Amino acid sequence: MTALNWLGQFVEVLVALALAPLFLGWVNQCRAWLQNRSAPSLLQPYRGIHKLFHKDAVVASNASSLFRIAPYVVFGSMAAAAAMIPSLGTRLPFTSAADAIALVGLFAAARLFLSLAAMDVGTAFGTLGARREMMVGFLAEPALLMVIFVASLMTSTTALPLISERLMLQPLAIHASLLFTAVAFAMVMLAENARIPVDNPATHLELTMIHEAMLLEYSARHLALMEWAAALKLFNYACIGLALFVPWGLATGAEPLALGQAVIVLAIKLSVVGAGLALIETLSAKLRVFRAPEFLATAFLLAVLGQLTYLLQVAR
Amino acid sequence: MPGLLDSPLSFSLLLLLAWLAIGLAGLVRPRSLEFAGRQLFIGGALVGLLLAITAVFSIAGPAESMVLPFGLPDLPMHVRRDALSSVFLFLLGSASVGISLFAAGYFRSGEGTLPGVLCLQYHLFLASMGFVLLADDAYAFMVAWETMALSSYFLVTTQHRIPEIRRAGFLYLLIAHVGALGILLAFGVLQGGSWQFTFDAMRAATLPPEWASAAFLLALFGFGAKAGLVPLHVWLPEAHPAAPSPVSALMSGVMLKTALYGVLRVTFDLIGEPVWWWGMVALGIGLFTAIYGVIFAAVQSDMKRLLAYSSIENIGIAFTGVGLSIVFFGVGMNALAALALVAVLYHALNHAFMKSLLFLGTGAVLHATGERNLGHLGGLIHRMPWVAWLTLVGVLAIAGLPPLNGFVSEWLLLQAFLYAHEVPKPFVNMLLPLGAALLVLAAALAGYVMVKFFGIIFLGQPREQALRDAHDAGWLERLGLLWLAGGCVALGLLPAQMVPMLAAVVDALGVNASGIRALRDSWWMLTSMPGRGVSYAPLAFLLAVAAAMLATVLIGRIFYRRRTRFADPWDCGYARTDARMQDTAEGFGQPIRHLFQPFFAMERELPTPFDAAPRYRVVVTDRLWRLLYLPIERIVQRIAAAVSGLQQGRIATYLLYSFVTLIVLLALVL
Repeated sequence: MTALNWLGQFVEVLVALALAPLFLGWVNQCRAWLQNRSAPSLLQPYRGIHKLFHKDAVVASNASSLFRIAPYVVFGSMAAAAAMIPSLGTRLPFTSAADAIALVGLFAAARLFLSLAAMDVGTAFGTLGARREMMVGFLAEPALLMVIFVASLMTSTTALPLISERLMLQPLAIHASLLFTAVAFAMVMLAENARIPVDNPATHLELTMIHEAMLLEYSARHLALMEWAAALKLFNYACIGLALFVPWGLATGAEPLALGQAVIVLAIKLSVVGAGLALIETLSAKLRVFRAPEFLATAFLLAVLGQLTYLLQVAR
Repeated sequence: MPGLLDSPLSFSLLLLLAWLAIGLAGLVRPRSLEFAGRQLFIGGALVGLLLAITAVFSIAGPAESMVLPFGLPDLPMHVRRDALSSVFLFLLGSASVGISLFAAGYFRSGEGTLPGVLCLQYHLFLASMGFVLLADDAYAFMVAWETMALSSYFLVTTQHRIPEIRRAGFLYLLIAHVGALGILLAFGVLQGGSWQFTFDAMRAATLPPEWASAAFLLALFGFGAKAGLVPLHVWLPEAHPAAPSPVSALMSGVMLKTALYGVLRVTFDLIGEPVWWWGMVALGIGLFTAIYGVIFAAVQSDMKRLLAYSSIENIGIAFTGVGLSIVFFGVGMNALAALALVAVLYHALNHAFMKSLLFLGTGAVLHATGERNLGHLGGLIHRMPWVAWLTLVGVLAIAGLPPLNGFVSEWLLLQAFLYAHEVPKPFVNMLLPLGAALLVLAAALAGYVMVKFFGIIFLGQPREQALRDAHDAGWLERLGLLWLAGGCVALGLLPAQMVPMLAAVVDALGVNASGIRALRDSWWMLTSMPGRGVSYAPLAFLLAVAAAMLATVLIGRIFYRRRTRFADPWDCGYARTDARMQDTAEGFGQPIRHLFQPFFAMERELPTPFDAAPRYRVVVTDRLWRLLYLPIERIVQRIAAAVSGLQQGRIATYLLYSFVTLIVLLALVL
């Protein structure tokens, strides 16, 4: 069974790596439809990554080795996170390597490396992006953790797979606390993945960009890794959200059939999530950078509200 | 002497004596940098290593005590070594190895105090910290405590010819003594009418609850002054930049922890039965200190001042844990109290390594460039790769990122916070989980601060011409940094080894930690509490990331095989970019100044577009100076002025005073 478990783990990571650009492509396609534009192909992100891998890298002459290591670290962290998040199964070997708090730490590590790399060349845009990214990050992290806290209050564990399993076993009911936290989580997800209303992935306007500003000096395979890592991050966040709020359909073993089912369920759930994301992005406008704290403070307060609702409910 | 070596206590005392002897040896050839400033420091590092090894092997051993045959007549000094002393002795010994090695390569001639005197002060400081941890009566404790304060005062004022440094030293000495008064009073309450000042008598005494509370609050005030709890933190950002870097490292990495030791000793050992609301006090102050410290760290532009504020933050986190533990203990949730205490001890160890590492890193930068101001640094990773990469380890650790050590203690503390809603007190159980959110905010802000710290010093373009010929640290300095960075990595990767050891300490304090010790599933995985299925495996973490990195590198090499060219930075096509277009330290702090405006007293000078010589200046100061310290200072001045009315300067008046005093005393006696 162990070999099968490891195989399942391997499959889970491969599925994540393969589906992540597709998910991004799906979000972009939905957004284009909603905005009455003709949509790019669903496979466009793959083509972009493939094209970038085929180019010679140009590195700024005053960049240090940190700049060249960072894409690998960021990508590696996201891939490792994909192994630890129960996107397909809850009993795979790597899920016990980290609980939700450690996952948040892993995302923070990737963010820190990205910011440091952006400061490395010493351009005005790089440092600006790093500063803004860290600002969004330190506001989003507490909100995210409060979201996780609510889920772990309900299930008395911080291990994501166990949270999913225990929530699956509970009778189907709409918990007010989970609703609040789901909204909070969606807001954090938008902020952390550089989506509208906090950041715009399609912009290169210096006044507004955050994430893109940090990638300006990257090219070729480094850029490809960074973009792939960004897609993976979005995928990972979506999977965390699914594991917390709609865990049904996850495999509790590593049998090929169960995993195969889980892949199909995941694809269905992700297509809904992607459409939802596109809808939110179409309906909202980009905020000024200094409104972002208010946005995230709202997310935080919603999560706290969810927690209080739960505690009051228990106390009664 | 087999008897001496058998007992870890007497061996530890012997090692402290060895430190003293090394210090005194410095006076033999006080002007020789090679002897007093280098060889003796290497000797000191060896003693530290021995102390750390002794402490590790004695943690699980039984407590032992001894009466030393000196002290005042009829008042011999008592010493005792138990698990709590051992873990802090380990901290002292292991951190001092790295710091002493670095110091051996750090001190130059012609900087203030003579090398020999410096060597004496430094080793006296080390020995007195060790003695604080071993003292077993109030008298011995206070003697050691004051020796520690005084020796560190002289170390802070090494460059005593500079007025600011003298002023910083004075502020430090003042607050240290205000704190010492609090501790002294706490001991006075703790003896409980028995007038026996040994710790044994204090353990035996049972205090009425209001007196026990008074003792705890006095101890919190006294030790808080040493630790830097807000509002008694003001000396840290002044004293740390003033002191030479190895001394800052010792003070921040080790000395602050003696205050933590004191609070733990008084609360859990001497008082023995803490009340839950003490925990709320400590937790509230701790959280406020953590947030306050990290916010101020984010707006500093002096690198050592930034680190000093970051130390305030970390002390705040430690006291938050202490408070949480007291709350749990007070309501009888013993296993959780143990978990929180383990987190506190772990954090103390972590901070000793990572903060010393960062302070020493700034020391190397300071020596290479002569600059402490972030606005004049930048790009040093090219000139000083050793210092930069080793400092990066400390930066990642203190930012609380897995798989390094800072994350482990934060993880443990958060796990403890997760149970806070089970505390059977209304309102408290709703408030406590919010504490976790503030804790995370502090930790996330620490990441911001550390990106600023590392990014501005080591990355980007050099902001001054002079930086282009900065040199890397010498081999002794590298060795010291390497030791501390190694400590950070080891503590991060092997928490399952450390936690059972710390659980033994917590057990010895009377907080039952058997639940935690039983949790050791495997040597590489850390779990928090039984029945939760929560685990964290840093090694697997590291392996997963490393494997993914390796795979991508290989894929790039095998399938695509593309070259790398070097060119000018692109920067959106702007042709002329120079070092002054990068973010400054002030710029990086701007979002924080904006978001947390109420915390700061800000003074800004903004140029208009028509200024011929535009000047931009922003000074951020602590509001507490104006709200707390200046009023106190005014009151003291006023009292002093009133009292000075007594000073007439005429001999007849003074004779009259004596005469009146005599009459009053006679009247009282008769």
